[in-house]
Amino acid sequence: MTRQTKEIIIQYIFLLFALVSVLVLGLIVFSLFREGLPLFTSVSVKDFLFGKEWYPTYDPPSFGIFPLVVGSLIVTLIATLIAVPLGVMAAIYISEIAPQRIKEILKSVIELLAGLPSVVLGFFGMVIVAPWLQETFDLPTGLNIINASVILAIMAIPTISSISEDALYAVPREFKEASYALGATKFETIAQVIVPAALSGISTAVMLGMARAVGETMVVLMVAGGAAAIPESLFDPVRPMPASIAAEMGETPYGSAHYQALFAIGMVLFFLTLAFNLIADYVSHKFRQTGSATL
Amino acid sequence: MKNLKNHSMRWRYFKQNVFFVLVRASALVITLALGGILLYILANGISVISWDFITKPPTDSMTKGGIMPAILGTIYLTIGAIAIGLPLGIASAVYLTEYARQGRVIRLIKVGINCLAGVPSVVFGLFGLGFFVIFLKFGSSILSGSLTLGFLILPTIIGASEEALKAVPQTFREASLSLGVSKWQTIYRIVLPNALPGILTGSILGIGRAAGETAPIMFTAAAYFTAKLPGSVFDEVMALPYHIYVLATAGTNIEATRPIQFGTVLVLVAVVLGIDLIAILIRGSMRRNKRW
Repeated sequence: MTRQTKEIIIQYIFLLFALVSVLVLGLIVFSLFREGLPLFTSVSVKDFLFGKEWYPTYDPPSFGIFPLVVGSLIVTLIATLIAVPLGVMAAIYISEIAPQRIKEILKSVIELLAGLPSVVLGFFGMVIVAPWLQETFDLPTGLNIINASVILAIMAIPTISSISEDALYAVPREFKEASYALGATKFETIAQVIVPAALSGISTAVMLGMARAVGETMVVLMVAGGAAAIPESLFDPVRPMPASIAAEMGETPYGSAHYQALFAIGMVLFFLTLAFNLIADYVSHKFRQTGSATL
Repeated sequence: MKNLKNHSMRWRYFKQNVFFVLVRASALVITLALGGILLYILANGISVISWDFITKPPTDSMTKGGIMPAILGTIYLTIGAIAIGLPLGIASAVYLTEYARQGRVIRLIKVGINCLAGVPSVVFGLFGLGFFVIFLKFGSSILSGSLTLGFLILPTIIGASEEALKAVPQTFREASLSLGVSKWQTIYRIVLPNALPGILTGSILGIGRAAGETAPIMFTAAAYFTAKLPGSVFDEVMALPYHIYVLATAGTNIEATRPIQFGTVLVLVAVVLGIDLIAILIRGSMRRNKRW
């Protein structure tokens, strides 16, 4: 074998390895469809997505996931409302204002926060936040929307903050210098020059943070309360999609309609997060930011 | 006129000060959240930790005794995840940084990796159940759980490896190639050894994630209780994150096992953040002592 053929073979071997990620993505779709699609021979897609009753163990069972979708969206939305200001502001502080030492410490803090296992945060929400909420607001249960949202926000902050920081950091120095030269204050420079220049990166950060929150399982499983009903207030318990899958899969016989329904929820969840990720990918490529952003 | 100007300047700096207070407060809130959670866990868990707690199995239907089988299970699953994720991740990154040229295939691979990184952990659990446990008939086992976790951390390892490979100066490659060394030998002998410390520290962060994940192993590997330690990769195991979840939500006596729950949380946090902290410290010292 000549050296050249050997080199080409090696190159193709590495290509195969690189394609494993795409293959796994394909296998995920394959597995979800294989186990989940048979449900739709007995339940219509419309009844599944928009049915308001999730009674999978009743006779006859009812597989409407609308309350679960609402539960997922509402905790994600509130978590985003909490996490975006905190995460972006922290990113601005780290990238533009903080002295070197504090910067290093804060970056480690955010990295460690990202490393906290979700079950630990869920446990914290159960043991600390829930009793406190219950007592302070005199509620029947502290396991509810607001509790889950706060804990999810803590999980989403590291994603939002670190990606925003990369985007802010990548804004060219000349932009800032030009702004200062015109007599702008530091605040005006940040608010009117740096943040707008990094906006596509910050949007990507927000999308990825939301994807993280909507797919997070242990937190919503442990602290969202688990009621499969459409909530009326922020203190009502909900049952987001991942919580339903995780809680019910253990008790479901293999191949039953309930089992298929849980895989079908997995499909919804997969495509929902896929949409978030593709939008993030599109935004970061289409509105490519000036300077050398490394997103 | 001068007054007006002063007034407007004062207003502009006032806004700036308010803004600075807000951003500092945000950073402080995040730091306090982390510090509060860690201190709370430490304060409640430390009294439970003893040599017996770490080295003995649970007794009296999990209300007493230690967590040794769960620690061991987590170690097995993490090692399994590394064995699968690390070689695949490094090889993918080598292709992307050393061989690939811009084009459709690269775009496909990159989008694939990004999408894989965004797949929710519970969906990974479903994938593991549907594919490894049922389709390939591995059953609920160390093997199924390790494969699921290995693919879960694959995007993290690829990202870390790509960054480390890109950090190796182009001149190293050029010097090697100009001596007539083949491309593969250049990668194997020059690029990889120089990138390896960076690859490993970056990957450690993914490894910490594998040790702490619960949802992917719930249906693929974790058992509520196993009477004996696993004998092969086809056995189920107990695992720290799942142990916490079970004791805190479905245990025989949630209040009575509270101290054990706190102890287990503390052990898990110490393991995961310990791993992360080591990576962060090594990376910091590597940056300071950079040779090129």
